Amino acid sequence: MNLHEYQAKQLFAEYGLPVSKGIAVDTANAAAAATAKIGGDKWVVKAQVHAGGRGKAGGVKVVDTANEAKAFAEQWLGKNLVTYQTDSNGQPVRKIFIEACADIAQELYLGAVIDRSTRRIVFMASVEGGVEIEKVAEETPEKILKAAIDPLTGPQPYQGRDLAFRLGLSGDQIKQFTQLFMGLAKLFTELDLSLLEINPLVVTAEGDIHCLDGKINIDGNALYRQPKLRQMHDPSQEDDREAQAAKWDLNYVALDGNIGCMVNGAGLAMGTMDIVQLCGGSPANFLDVGGGATKERVTEAFKIILSDENVAAVLVNIFGGIVRCDLIADGVISAVEEVGVEVPVVVRLEGNNADVGREVLEKSGLNIIAANSLADAAEKVVVAAGSAT
Amino acid sequence: MSILVNKDTKVICQGFTGSQGTFHSEQAIEYGTMLLGGVTPGKGGQTHLNLPVFNTVAEAFDKTDADASVIYVPAPFCKDSIFEAVDAGIKLIVCITEGIPTLDMLVAKEKCDRAGVRLIGPNCPGVITPGECKIGIMPGHIHLPGKVGIVSRSGTLTYEAVKQTTDHGFGQSSCVGIGGDPIPGSSFIDILGMFEDDDQTQAIVMIGEIGGTAEEEAAAFIKANVTKPVVAYIAGVTAPPGKRMGHAGAIISGGKGTADEKFAALNDAGVKTVRSLADIGSGLREITGWEGS
Repeated sequence: MNLHEYQAKQLFAEYGLPVSKGIAVDTANAAAAATAKIGGDKWVVKAQVHAGGRGKAGGVKVVDTANEAKAFAEQWLGKNLVTYQTDSNGQPVRKIFIEACADIAQELYLGAVIDRSTRRIVFMASVEGGVEIEKVAEETPEKILKAAIDPLTGPQPYQGRDLAFRLGLSGDQIKQFTQLFMGLAKLFTELDLSLLEINPLVVTAEGDIHCLDGKINIDGNALYRQPKLRQMHDPSQEDDREAQAAKWDLNYVALDGNIGCMVNGAGLAMGTMDIVQLCGGSPANFLDVGGGATKERVTEAFKIILSDENVAAVLVNIFGGIVRCDLIADGVISAVEEVGVEVPVVVRLEGNNADVGREVLEKSGLNIIAANSLADAAEKVVVAAGSAT
Repeated sequence: MSILVNKDTKVICQGFTGSQGTFHSEQAIEYGTMLLGGVTPGKGGQTHLNLPVFNTVAEAFDKTDADASVIYVPAPFCKDSIFEAVDAGIKLIVCITEGIPTLDMLVAKEKCDRAGVRLIGPNCPGVITPGECKIGIMPGHIHLPGKVGIVSRSGTLTYEAVKQTTDHGFGQSSCVGIGGDPIPGSSFIDILGMFEDDDQTQAIVMIGEIGGTAEEEAAAFIKANVTKPVVAYIAGVTAPPGKRMGHAGAIISGGKGTADEKFAALNDAGVKTVRSLADIGSGLREITGWEGS
């Protein structure tokens, strides 16, 4: 689960980390009022969406007057912001974050992730702050400084000092950076983060370390023990169908093709999409119905798949394993009847009682095509989708 | 021979009396697995599926001398269950549960490593040596004792590979689902090394997915250490790059992790890669020269 910048900074502030005074608003008038509340004579106004690259897309601006802040809010609230990290529709802007403008002497980069290779939380820092950081990592990886956290003993202050010295910081900045490092590591583990990024982390004109941006990604598996973070969830940043699918524990991702896919298991779902494409088709979605392919879940899955009007045929690929395939076949039939599926449905069932399952499907009298194998299913659904368009 | 488990492997089950534990323990017993009992705190002294229930893993280990424990405990309690098994002296832990917080797994994996315990999973179908021992949720009937070692990050994809090697008549030495979580207890490399050393295994099927760099690391290991023929499939060629947030994920992986990069690394290591999931069996036949059925 992702958080907005204003939410991340709220958490930073709670952990005593250096952020600017800021207010998140959802109307233009409130944007103007926020400048007075914050004080000063220069502010940064930022569109709040779950994506990076906002600055280049026009979603961040420095303003000198309350009216300018108001105009920026009017320009963006209710609109979609398209950045290089979003799709072509962009992400809806529901909130504007206004904060005091800091004078920047130097831009740094600071991030932390769970590194699968070393199985550690790894902090990464660089003097090359800003949006070109990925290029830096690829072309000059030695410029990315790293510190790995021991999972059993936790972060140590020396690791923060070491990063600070290598970043070329000096004097009181060493202490400030070390405190920031220790605070972020604490926040990372206490709040079950999977990703944390401050880009840029700046040294102000006064020489202080300051968090100018904040990105936080939370481990979805840990949300059960993070009730406060659950309340920060913003469904407007998610695809409607993906959100609907999540309610039923279905894992759905919308794509551009015309062949709807319903599969049990994420790996098999990806493998099914791959084979559909190898056969010349184009998948309309990724959908994992999970282990229990019950009638109710299959019905919901059909509804979600068919809410995409591009879908010209549906491929159901279930490796039943222990579950009896004739029961799954019954589930598919009643789902097709209940939802009123009008496009051809190709079904491949494998596992226990697969033969009985295929027979049940053939005899249903519905527009269901039973397939004998995965390759057969992929070929049949590509043909079916072609003839339906 | 086989790897990890065989007909002599003594197994206990944590989360024994729950619905998942009960269902899959019944299946395991029916398959012939030497399941000797289970653990459910507070139900010690009872009998379940005609087997003893213990309050603690230490007690179960003491009474059964178990080699392995399979965990069906709900995700919020798995870290505790893994720790309990490690401290009790269990040397092979198979954790089936999905949805364990990643930070819990960071600690659990470290704990297992320091204690010399082999952890398989979590979020995996488990381990099976066909005809001898089944620990996990895989359908036993699709397996056939034989000569192919299978290692996979995905449950249902493993079943596809199993079915194809069974249909071709090759059979499996052992099949290991290492699980799809970011921090798995065992990596491809761990299992590939075991298959390389196992006499019964004559060829290896490896099934990966996009994301992370486990397949690239496996490719490097194969190049240096594996002499047996390997067929590999990577799922997710068509998966779109997810909506990204920030750069940290891309920086840590150094731009690796796409299916094409994984295929390239494996090809470079002399692995026979197949682009279609349906071609695993025929790929094996091609690289080994086996006739098959």
